[in-house]
Order: sequence, then structure tokens, then C-alpha cells
Amino acid sequence: MHPPVRLGVRIAVLLALAVLPALTGALDQPFLLDLALRIMILATAAVSLNLILGYGGMISFGHAAYIGIGAYAVGIPAYYGEYSGYVQLPLAIGAGALFALVTGYICLRTKGVYFIMITLAFAQMAYFAFVSIEEYGGDDGLVIEQRSEFTGIIDMESTHQFYYVVLVFLVGALYLVSRIVNARFGMAVQGAKDNDQRMQSLGFDTFRYRLACYVIAGAMAAAAGWLMGNYNYFFSPEMMGWTHSGELIFMVVLGGAGSLFGPLYGAIVLIILEEQLSSATVYWPLILGAILIAVVLFARGGLEGMLAKLERRK
Amino acid sequence: MEWVLFVSQLLNGLQLGVLLFLLAAGLTLVFGIMDFVNLAHGSLYMMGAYFCVTLTSALGSFPLAVLLAVILTFILGIAVELIVSRHLYQRDHLDQVLATFGLILFFNGAVHLIWGPEGNPIALPDYLNGRISLPAGIEIPTFRLVIIAIGLAVAVGLIWLVTKTRMGMLIRAGASNRRMAGALGVDIRKLFTLVFALGAAMAGLAGMMIAPITEANIGMGDDILIVAFVVIIIGGIGSIRGAFIAALLVGMIDVMGRSYLDDFMKLIMDNQSAETASPALSAMAIYILMAGILYFRPRGLFPPRHR
Repeated sequence: MHPPVRLGVRIAVLLALAVLPALTGALDQPFLLDLALRIMILATAAVSLNLILGYGGMISFGHAAYIGIGAYAVGIPAYYGEYSGYVQLPLAIGAGALFALVTGYICLRTKGVYFIMITLAFAQMAYFAFVSIEEYGGDDGLVIEQRSEFTGIIDMESTHQFYYVVLVFLVGALYLVSRIVNARFGMAVQGAKDNDQRMQSLGFDTFRYRLACYVIAGAMAAAAGWLMGNYNYFFSPEMMGWTHSGELIFMVVLGGAGSLFGPLYGAIVLIILEEQLSSATVYWPLILGAILIAVVLFARGGLEGMLAKLERRK
Repeated sequence: MEWVLFVSQLLNGLQLGVLLFLLAAGLTLVFGIMDFVNLAHGSLYMMGAYFCVTLTSALGSFPLAVLLAVILTFILGIAVELIVSRHLYQRDHLDQVLATFGLILFFNGAVHLIWGPEGNPIALPDYLNGRISLPAGIEIPTFRLVIIAIGLAVAVGLIWLVTKTRMGMLIRAGASNRRMAGALGVDIRKLFTLVFALGAAMAGLAGMMIAPITEANIGMGDDILIVAFVVIIIGGIGSIRGAFIAALLVGMIDVMGRSYLDDFMKLIMDNQSAETASPALSAMAIYILMAGILYFRPRGLFPPRHR
């Protein structure tokens, strides 16, 4: 019997995130909370990307578009004075799902590199569409006056309450993905990744399975975008930029594509690394770039892969 | 329609088209032959521009600087191929995307370190800085004509190289079946390095052509790279001919969309909504074109035959 290293790390990370607000209060380090919020929000998006990329083999290079869509779903209603979270959150999820449905229907006809590039093209389309809408700030985006309102239930303006809302979304995303990939539906999607023809000959309409999976991931990422808009009090097209999509892919791969907690580990490591490097030197992209190349060349299977190796060795 | 404006827009479209071709040619060759997704191709474009900045001010001659900078970018291409790309040909596309994304960060940081964060202009010599009068009262900047001429010359040269020379034969053999080419005694590794460096030099040349107009700045390759990818996807990966046609198509549609789309839109809707909708639509035009083409032809206009 191997010691359950991976399970231990999972529980430890989630526990640490759960008690962090109390800790930062005691240590008087409020910026840690801020950092953790950013990690958890991007991790939620990365978990959704992992569903299609890691389990489904669909390498989407446009996932940041959904974060932007979710943020605009906070910002545009707020611009017209509608702050209710009961409007904004469903709007974010609905818009994300719709965008994924329409674009996925076209993207999923293609394979391989063509798929990577066409998802990127659709994200760029969304980016330019919002850049050219002057009403909502165009290039610069707009400030959001206040966070989504859930009157009487949650006060999103309270940092601690918002923190736990974000944590619930992250855990919810992890739970959802673990349920999906272990269900018949998720098995079919993973089967189609490994051998599409065989799945089709078994009678699965793999296109529809993939599309459904793609839509679920889009809706989840848009929910993360809804959190991001609330977190930043701000939305802009820049959130959809293709470099952000690249960062999300990096989180997934660094943590270990196709492993449940990989994207969370990837987000933790990448964001802390970025934070440390950028405060140490303005030339941080130089170092981060070199690290990224080294990770791809030398560390295959990501952080979860390393933990799994550790587990087997003992 | 005003003919003077129309012709100068046509030339602008042609200029953008040939620049895109310079970028896309290397991208599509590397992609078609090595099956390698190189996001850092835009960084080589940027490095070319920066080499040219330094050499122009050091030598005081723009043409000489371009010549040397092309050679420098070629050498940089060899270095990148030997140190990074070579190890990625056998990996899946995801790894390639990530590692070359890392290269982009690396080069952006390196440029910041060496040349500083501000944009760097390149001063053109007087004989390139003027305007040329064409018949019918059309005037265009000399340098734009030079860009078009150089771009077309490189395109013709490249097509000649690929279709008529022995090296081109090897490149085509490598593109259609690299293992068979290797089995027949072609030194595939050397060929790959050469093709990569050739692509780098062309991308660098494109950067040198644009820098006198827009300045050389950090991240200048990041956005145009995406457009170059659109070009090679539309053209069909690995096809030089496809890249050329798609580059001109994308260049024209982009420029014409920006200048004439609102007039067209006014024919079918009222002025107010035409003026709000057309900037968005013209910015999206090339992506819509790509999505449309991929919908009907999932492998581009001139798909590779042996894959």
C-alpha cells in the first residue's frame, strides 16, 4: 500500500485556503488574501480549461475570452444600474455558454493545430468586438462601482465573505469536473480524445459529446470571469488577450493536464512566481520565459505527475 | 468613389499583404515541414527590427543595416533552432505552444533589458522618405513602394527556391514525407535548421520594413503573429502559394474593411448604427473570413496532400 501523497497534498492545500483569512488577520498580511483570491479565481478558470484540454484533448487557445465575457456580464448591467447578482451571475454563465455553443459548433469541426488557431481567432474576435464598443469604454474598459448584490444573504463587499464565495466556486468547479470525468458522459469524451473513430463505431456521436463538454467549460470559465470582474471592480478587453489564454494553458500544463487538482497547483505556482519575480526585477518576463521553456523540456506530466511519481517510489 | 483614395488604399492593402507574406512564409514552412507551432516567430520579427535600429544608428546607412540585420536574424534563427526548437519537433503541439510562448516572454524581457522599454524609431534616408507621384494625381510614400517591391521580390525568390532548385526539392520532399526523405539520405536535421533560419530571416526582414513606419517596440510581434497564423490557416499549412494568396487576401480585406465597410453598412442600415457596428466588424473581418473558410474547408484553401 502506497502512502496517499496526492490525497494528502490535496487536503492540505484546500485546508490552507480555507483557514487563510483567519491566518492573514492574525499575521496582519492582507496582501496574501488578495494574492490567494487571484489564484483561486484563475484556478477556477484553469480547472474548466483542464476539462476540455486535459480530459477532452481540445486545446483551446481562447479560454481567456470567457473570463472577459464573465467580467462584462458584471460591468454592463452595473453600467445601467443593475447590480443584482441574481441577474449578473446567470447572465455571465448564459453568455459564456452561448459563446461556447456558437463558436464550439464551428471549432469542433476542425482538429489539431487548426482547432488551436480557430479558438484563438474567436477569442480575438471577441477582443476586437469589445475594443470597438465605445459605450463600454472601448480599449480602456470601465470601472465597476460596486460588486454584485445578494442582499440579505452575502455581502460581496466584505473581503472575507467574498473570499469564501470564491473558494466555494473553486471547490464547486473541482467537484463538478470530478463528477463529469467519472460519469459515462466524461468517459465518452475521454474515449473520443484517445480514439475518436472507435468511439463513433461504438455508437457515440462524439461531436455532440465534445460540444456539450466545451459549453460546460465555457460556462464555468465565464463564472470565473464573473468573480474576476467583482474582484477587480473593473473590466476591459485586455482580459481576453491571447497572452492570458496562454497563461491559463500554462497553469494547466504546469500542474498536470488531465489531473483534477493540477490546474490549482499550476495557478498557485505560476501566480506566486510571477508575483515574486515581478517585485524582484522589471525584467521578470526574461526569467519566467526561461523557466517555462525548461518546464516544457524537462518536467513532463506536471506537478501532479511528480507527486504521483513520489507516491509510487515510497 | 474617389479613385485616388481607392488606389492608395489598394496599395496599403498590398503593403500589408506582402509584409504578412514575409512573416507567414517562414511560419508555414516550419509548420508544414517540421510540424512545429512556433509562436515565437513574432519575436524574430521584433528582433529583426531591433537589430536594424542599432545597426542603422551605428552604420548610418539604412540599406546596409537591413542587409546585416537580416544576416543577424538568420544566425539568431539557427541559435533558437539548435537550443530550443529542435528538441520540440517530436513533442505534441501543446508543448510546442507552451515552450514558444516562453520564448516570447524571454525575448520581450531581453529587449527590455538591452534596448529599454521605449519604442525605438528608425530614421529613413532622404531618398526613401519622400513621396512618388503616380499618374492621375496619386501620390504615395516612396518607402511604401519599396516595401511592396521588396516583399514581392522575396515572394518570387522564395517560390523560385522552393519549386525550381535542388534545395527546394528537398524542402518539398521533407514537407510531404520527412521520414522517407531522411531514409533517402537527406540530412533532415540540417535541412530543418536551414528552413527555420530562413523563416527567421524573412520575419526579421518584415520587422525591419515596418519599424521605420511604426517604431520598433516590445511585443510588436505578438499581435501580427496571430494575423500571420490566420494567413497560414486560410492558405493551408505548408503551402507557400496558399500563404501568398491568403496574405494578400487578408491584407486587402483588413485595409478595405477599415476604410469602406461603413459606407457599405450605410446602404443596409441607418448612419448611426452603421458607424457603431462597422469598426467592430472590420476589426473582426479577417477572423470571420478564417472561421468561414475553416467551416467549409477545415484544412484551408490549399491543404497539404500528404499528412
